[in-house]
Amino acid sequence: MTATKKLNLKQKYQYLTRDMDWEPSYQKKSDIFPQEDFEGIKIVDWDGWEDPFRLTMDAYWKYQAEKEKKLYAIFDAFAQNNGHQNISDGRYVNSLKLFLSGVSPLEYAAFQGYAKVGRQFSGAGARVACQMQAIDELRHSQTQQHAMSHYNKHFNGLHDAPLMHDRVWFLSVPKSFFDDARSAGPFEFLTAISFSFEYVLTNLLFVPFMSGAAYNGDMATVTFGFSAQSDEARHMTLGLEIIKFLLEQHEDNVPIVQKWIDKWFWRGFRLLSLVSMMMDYMLPNKVMSWQEAWEVYYEQSGGALFKDLERYGIRPPKYQDVANAAKEHISHQLWSTFYQYGQATNFHTWIPKKEELDWLAEKYPNSFDKYYRPRFEHWDALQKKGERFYNPTLPQLCQVCQVPVLFTETDDPTAFSHRDTVYKEERYHFCSEACCEIFDNEPEKYIQAWLPVHQIYQGNCGGPDLPSVLSDYYHFNLGEDNLDFSGSPDEKRWNEIKGIKPLDKDDVA
Amino acid sequence: MSVEIKTNSVSTIRNTYSHIKRRFGDKPATRYQEASYDIEATENFHYKPLWDPQRSLNDASRTSIKMKDWYQISDPRQFYYGAYVGNRAKMQESAETSYKFCEKRDLISSLEESIQLKILKYLVPFRHLNLSANMNNSMIAGDSIATTVAQAHIYQSMDHLGMGQYLSRIALMIDGNTGAALNTSKTFWMDDPMWQPMRKLAEDSMVVQDWFELSLLQNLLIDKALFSFVYEAMDEWFGTLGAKDISMLTEFMRDWNKDTTRWILAVVKTAVAESDDNKEKLQAWVNLWEPQVFAALAPIAQETVGKEALPKIQNELAALLKKTGLQSTGAAL
Repeated sequence: MTATKKLNLKQKYQYLTRDMDWEPSYQKKSDIFPQEDFEGIKIVDWDGWEDPFRLTMDAYWKYQAEKEKKLYAIFDAFAQNNGHQNISDGRYVNSLKLFLSGVSPLEYAAFQGYAKVGRQFSGAGARVACQMQAIDELRHSQTQQHAMSHYNKHFNGLHDAPLMHDRVWFLSVPKSFFDDARSAGPFEFLTAISFSFEYVLTNLLFVPFMSGAAYNGDMATVTFGFSAQSDEARHMTLGLEIIKFLLEQHEDNVPIVQKWIDKWFWRGFRLLSLVSMMMDYMLPNKVMSWQEAWEVYYEQSGGALFKDLERYGIRPPKYQDVANAAKEHISHQLWSTFYQYGQATNFHTWIPKKEELDWLAEKYPNSFDKYYRPRFEHWDALQKKGERFYNPTLPQLCQVCQVPVLFTETDDPTAFSHRDTVYKEERYHFCSEACCEIFDNEPEKYIQAWLPVHQIYQGNCGGPDLPSVLSDYYHFNLGEDNLDFSGSPDEKRWNEIKGIKPLDKDDVA
Repeated sequence: MSVEIKTNSVSTIRNTYSHIKRRFGDKPATRYQEASYDIEATENFHYKPLWDPQRSLNDASRTSIKMKDWYQISDPRQFYYGAYVGNRAKMQESAETSYKFCEKRDLISSLEESIQLKILKYLVPFRHLNLSANMNNSMIAGDSIATTVAQAHIYQSMDHLGMGQYLSRIALMIDGNTGAALNTSKTFWMDDPMWQPMRKLAEDSMVVQDWFELSLLQNLLIDKALFSFVYEAMDEWFGTLGAKDISMLTEFMRDWNKDTTRWILAVVKTAVAESDDNKEKLQAWVNLWEPQVFAALAPIAQETVGKEALPKIQNELAALLKKTGLQSTGAAL
């Protein structure tokens, strides 16, 4: 062989991945890759793709196997030693119920989505990166089943998560988010998930749950978190690479990508409202407030990122100011909503303890005492009278994000930011200007949404009345999975573990 | 004498998740079960895909094969992610030892140039088939629904990428890490008439729409015929040329082939057993594709091991097909 220059690492990796690919001559390229054109994205040259990481399969197997071995050793030890007894408080497990029914199914949907785009791109480098993410996401979905397995044996509400994800009213918030991304084309999928979700917003989803676990003595979950960290680092670099690649390939891509960034920032932000409530209310030992998390992970990090993307002609997401202002409100608004619909959730709600209310007042000096503490005091008084408040009337849902229309105007936290529009003689309602705009851009998509409250009223959810919907269709064990934490079987078991005698009613909060 | 540490056992309120209990009863479940059954979304999808508006997400009609319950198909290896990477990590470790040994001892780089050229012409180009297999299986992982089916296909996809990388490294050993041998090898794949039926088969497989047809074609017909051709018959032939050492570098592929045969037979057998309709469809696909696989192998066999080697390979494939309830066409006989 004629010897030429030795390959550097980058070239060698390209020889070990994209050089296996070839220009087809027996089939048309557009028949092999039929989904690359319809979104309007123009790819001039896939060779411009910079590999976000360079991992050959032998190295992948080796490193991942080492991580799995350690992870499962800890899961085993956790179960054997009944590690569930070491958490801070029985209430903490409710965040895991939200996680397993709301987040874990997204890991699986991500596996499916990445496996698909891992086939669809005609650039072999991008395909391999997506396939590795696909199998990582499969890992996450499965290790999460295993991490939660022991909790499921000792606490309620974790027992039927994938089914609940498909059916339960508030779980259509995460479900429709990922359905939206997966039903979109391959470039939008990557912009939505790899960039907006895994890069821009990941620290506001992943970190609160995992740090929450660390602060609350949950070794199984935090170990998963540590183990997934290096996977997430790869996923983030893919997110950044895809956006730069799309923007560098053709100037006509810029407005398309900008529109996707606007849309997916907002959809992601709405999805995260569930996390805000988890951070501020469901963690007995607090990590940081939602407001602080938003400031650090979005306003500062996101700000720097979008500054960096300015040179491509990209501006920060539209309606980012609305999101920034909402940081003082959303966790309280969400918890209030879930508190009053606690009969229809697979997790418990409760009135925060006195010191928690004080912590919230300290963290939210502009909003908490003024708007939210009085609500909890009012509901607490009712509860003490034996009239714990459950709202028997189902809420109006936003046609896009599917969160109840509970969010408020930026300049007036006492007025709902309700919007509506008429499309083909039908009226549609939204929680915000931004969701309304997302609808207006693709009405044919969003009119298909399976809105849980509407489906209940249409009689498609297993029963004419709410209790039969909850037990027959949602598979809730009524009186076990739902309602207030106080008086729940979870509370009783926890108190037995800790040797706590039930308090008199008057002592509560 | 055994020592038993007393532990504090705490009573549980349930043994496993409800969806696992519905399938397997109220008892502690295996890791494979909790990871692999009913964890995907199955209903109430919100929007039709822009790329396939006729069907929904996770739509069972992406294959014409029908199963009352796709979870009838499971993996005899019980591979969930952790078990999969654990197994492959061991396999790559022994491969690594062999590659290092060959490198250190110059076992490949010291071969005669004419033999090296044969390696580049007849062995290394199979890495391109690894790539089409990688793509095909990634598509199946995205299109099939039951986790027991989908996960095994993503493993299959990544395995092919890994094997393509091992073949590439053989060329890099020959050219001393310059890529020149890979270029030479790829030119054969693109331009040598001997390779063209095989390259056409690979490209044709990439436009197959029905994922079950694709799995049958890729994972049973192509892989099983090809692996016994390349890693058994051709392996012996390289031995007769004085390149016996190449065997060390393809041990991974032989182990892999055994491992995956068990799995793909279980997949096809279960679908065949489900209904006569399935059986007819699958048989029609065998009739369509099996002759093409052997037609693509024929010119390569002609120049290397001789065409007489093909009937044996064909008989082996026929025996596998028989185990699934299907019949070989006897294409190479």
